[in-house]
Amino acid sequence: MRAWLRQHVQAFSSAVKRLSVLNALVIGIALALPAGGYALLESLRPAGARLALEPRLSLFLEPQVRRADAEALGKRLRADPRIAAVRFVPREEALKEMSAVQGLSEVIGALGRNPLPDAFVVTSKEDLADELARLPGVAHVQADAVWARRLAAAAAVVQLGLALLAALLGGALVAVTFNTIRLQILTQRDEIEVSKLIGATDAFIRRPFYYLGLLQGFVGGAVALALVAAALALLNREVSVLAESYGSAFRFAFLPAAEAAAVVLFAGFLGWLGAQLSVSRHLRAIEPR
Amino acid sequence: MVSFSAVAKRYPGGQEALKDVSFSLEAGELAFLTCRSGAGKSTLLKLIPAIERPSAGSVLVNGQNVGALKRAAIPYLRRNIGLVFQDQKLLYDRSVYDNVMLPLAFSAHAPKEAARRARAALDKVGLLGRERANPIQLSGGEQQRLAIARAVVNRPALLVADEPTANLDAESAARILDIFVDFNQVGVTVLIATHDLALVARYGKRVLRLEGGHLSAGAK
Repeated sequence: MRAWLRQHVQAFSSAVKRLSVLNALVIGIALALPAGGYALLESLRPAGARLALEPRLSLFLEPQVRRADAEALGKRLRADPRIAAVRFVPREEALKEMSAVQGLSEVIGALGRNPLPDAFVVTSKEDLADELARLPGVAHVQADAVWARRLAAAAAVVQLGLALLAALLGGALVAVTFNTIRLQILTQRDEIEVSKLIGATDAFIRRPFYYLGLLQGFVGGAVALALVAAALALLNREVSVLAESYGSAFRFAFLPAAEAAAVVLFAGFLGWLGAQLSVSRHLRAIEPR
Repeated sequence: MVSFSAVAKRYPGGQEALKDVSFSLEAGELAFLTCRSGAGKSTLLKLIPAIERPSAGSVLVNGQNVGALKRAAIPYLRRNIGLVFQDQKLLYDRSVYDNVMLPLAFSAHAPKEAARRARAALDKVGLLGRERANPIQLSGGEQQRLAIARAVVNRPALLVADEPTANLDAESAARILDIFVDFNQVGVTVLIATHDLALVARYGKRVLRLEGGHLSAGAK
């Protein structure tokens, strides 16, 4: 048991000695792209989730329409089977909602009178915008959900792109490790041959290379996280200025701990995989003759 | 200790290095193997640690049929055989001491015991003062003695050497052979391949003579 442990420590320390900072950096940069993209996307998601995604239309009435006419219009809307829900928003309530929004209360206060019209918020699966705009007393129809849906669709596209990028660069990580290990095996060819001749088992010979692959992946993953953290810190300096001007405290957040750990573990796994592929392919070729 | 019966070895090209070779080497014996042409001798030696497998016949080492060993079992066979190669196969990226330590890396010895054994092996071949040197700094005879130290550091019961005195002056060659005789006197079975018949004659030991793939003398 102690001998076994000693051999592992030995293999590990020989891997540490052979670890190339440059290779770890290459892997780190490759992984930083999808990891950073993911962090940005995840930071934006809460903002996106607040937006209504059900197809909703806002009907703004002419300012001179009286409340009774508005209620009659509401009845007519509710009677329409294509419309799922109708909510009446009186101009007073709209004003109150608007003043609750940061930064706008001063603007509204300065106006002196309520500039907002009465409005209906209509939920419908169908696109009724044009039809509803022709109703008497309706000044303007706005499809609220359209841009939110576009944003969600765009986010999905970006997310898919990131997944593809991650797969591609994960493949690159395996390839980089594969090649590193191949070169390492070539430079240690004499040592491997002699070791085989004097009774080293395959496991003993392979072990340092597995550790090297694993370690290179781990360090690469850690480098990726460090790069993402640094980039976000840099980005947040500018973003905070921009967000504050909108009265928001928005910041790009670093990956959650579990996901950051997953990045490092996955990079380690891919490194091990690259080493495994390389070792099984190249070590057999070195047989003493 | 070593027993060949009706061993033949053909290489893929059709070249026949050994035809019907039978002999046995008792535990504690020292024998020389000589050969007119170069080919068969190295092949015969390589069959013992399963570097090559026989095409026919059987090779027994310590009662184990070496030709039928599984790949995974070969390392354990080799740990019991001290091999000294014609080209020494030393590692020039590390010190004399680390070369001798190499076989101890995968044995179960505690670090202290391993260091003690390495120093003992170097002492036996007269290289204790050169531990920190790089093998490239050693003379031909010293390099050969280093190779012997590495072969014996795990205290194998069998020592197999391929042309250990090749390219050495008479004095160095005699010194190398004396070391082998010393090991033999403490019970190690030794098989030495050499073309130096004059040197062999001085020791009066058993000589296996290989001619055209057959043993022409010493087969017993």
